[in-house]
Amino acid sequence: MFDTALTAADFAFLAKGAGVTILVTLVSVLAGTVLGILFGVFRYQVGPVLAAPLTFVLDIFRSIPLLIQLVLANAFLGTILRLNISGFAVACIILSLYTAAFCAEIVRGGIEAVPATTRRAARSLGMTWGQDMREIVLPLATRVALPSWIGLALGVMKDSALVYIVQVTELLKSTQILITRLQEPLLLLMICGAFYFVISFPLARFGGYLEKRWSND
Amino acid sequence: MIEIENVRKSFGALEVLKGIDLTVRKGEVVTIIGGSGSGKSTLLTCINGLEPIDSGRIVVDGTEVHAKATDLNKLRRRIGIVFQQWNAFPHLTVLENVMLAQVKVLKRSKPEAEAEAVKQLNHVGLGDKLKVFPSRLSGGQQQRMAIARALAMSPDYMLFDEVTSALDPQLVGEVLDTLRMLAREGMTMICVTHEMKFAREVSDRVAFFHKGVMAEIAPPEQLFGAPQNPELQKFLSATH
Repeated sequence: MFDTALTAADFAFLAKGAGVTILVTLVSVLAGTVLGILFGVFRYQVGPVLAAPLTFVLDIFRSIPLLIQLVLANAFLGTILRLNISGFAVACIILSLYTAAFCAEIVRGGIEAVPATTRRAARSLGMTWGQDMREIVLPLATRVALPSWIGLALGVMKDSALVYIVQVTELLKSTQILITRLQEPLLLLMICGAFYFVISFPLARFGGYLEKRWSND
Repeated sequence: MIEIENVRKSFGALEVLKGIDLTVRKGEVVTIIGGSGSGKSTLLTCINGLEPIDSGRIVVDGTEVHAKATDLNKLRRRIGIVFQQWNAFPHLTVLENVMLAQVKVLKRSKPEAEAEAVKQLNHVGLGDKLKVFPSRLSGGQQQRMAIARALAMSPDYMLFDEVTSALDPQLVGEVLDTLRMLAREGMTMICVTHEMKFAREVSDRVAFFHKGVMAEIAPPEQLFGAPQNPELQKFLSATH
């Protein structure tokens, strides 16, 4: 009923691509989130005027298509600066900054959602700025920001398909290679889509679980 | 002892405190009454350094609050404050709300902080709500939790900023009862309030603020019985 030239080795090839997608996403989302928190707190703390240069740079990363950023960064770092840098590294750097740019906005929004009166109460108990941030603001801001952050992480995971342009063979590129060879686009794209779903699903569920857990308060 | 000397404070062009002098001795209960915008709440937030002042000085047990060298975080351990808005930490249970600053600020051990929290929560009548999140509490209960949270820091002074103003009328009594209890126990307190009956009952002295000036201060019998200041007379006849 079903006839395909797809072999176990091809399947392993796809799985390897999926591994690259996961790795690029993991590195970028982690680094981007850490950077995004730093940028977001900084922007909130110093106010819009002093943060303007940072905001401008982040806006660039947010508004230029990822594909262009990847090509330009690759050319700049590799060809112009003559750094011996792998496509994978370029991909991680650009995707991290891209993530950080969006994450900074999410973080700032989350912090602004914490009522000033709650923070004043924390400070009036003798808590320092840092203690207030760690114990009150970040936990509360996290609850507000989580849905947007999950959306961002899922988006970055799918956007990571674009890193093929800097010669990183991730899931979608692997699929294309097989399509070229086997001429079975529908089957291969379905398998590829299933891979993406399997990667995304746990993250989406995990977000749902946290939201439910936190809704008691 | 809290010594307030000629304190002035403006928000932009609006001068809200126009040279306030007030000394509160240990064990004394002073209530501050007055219309909205009279500067009474601002004075409280200046006492624990949440607001800077423009001139004058506030000295708490020999420490000048607004001096550059003063460690405000350290000073605030000795001065508890409870605000009009209930500001529970919504992500923590009632017990954790009362434990947090004890552990982080006073560096008490968790069992120690928990014992103190349980004691204070029992004291304000919330002993059965330890594991509950604040969102499950009524406004009066949240306000009593905020009082327990401040008391757990073992402060020398307590400041209450219109703590019943945001409550439904039927919840005011339970919070005022808690304040009465503290007053009986000898806590040094400054209460900004609109509850005249309460002010009359618990205060050693009552201060009337009008447009940034302390227009009159006297023991309650005298201030309510024979008010001197014409603005105070108007205020009292309007609120009775």
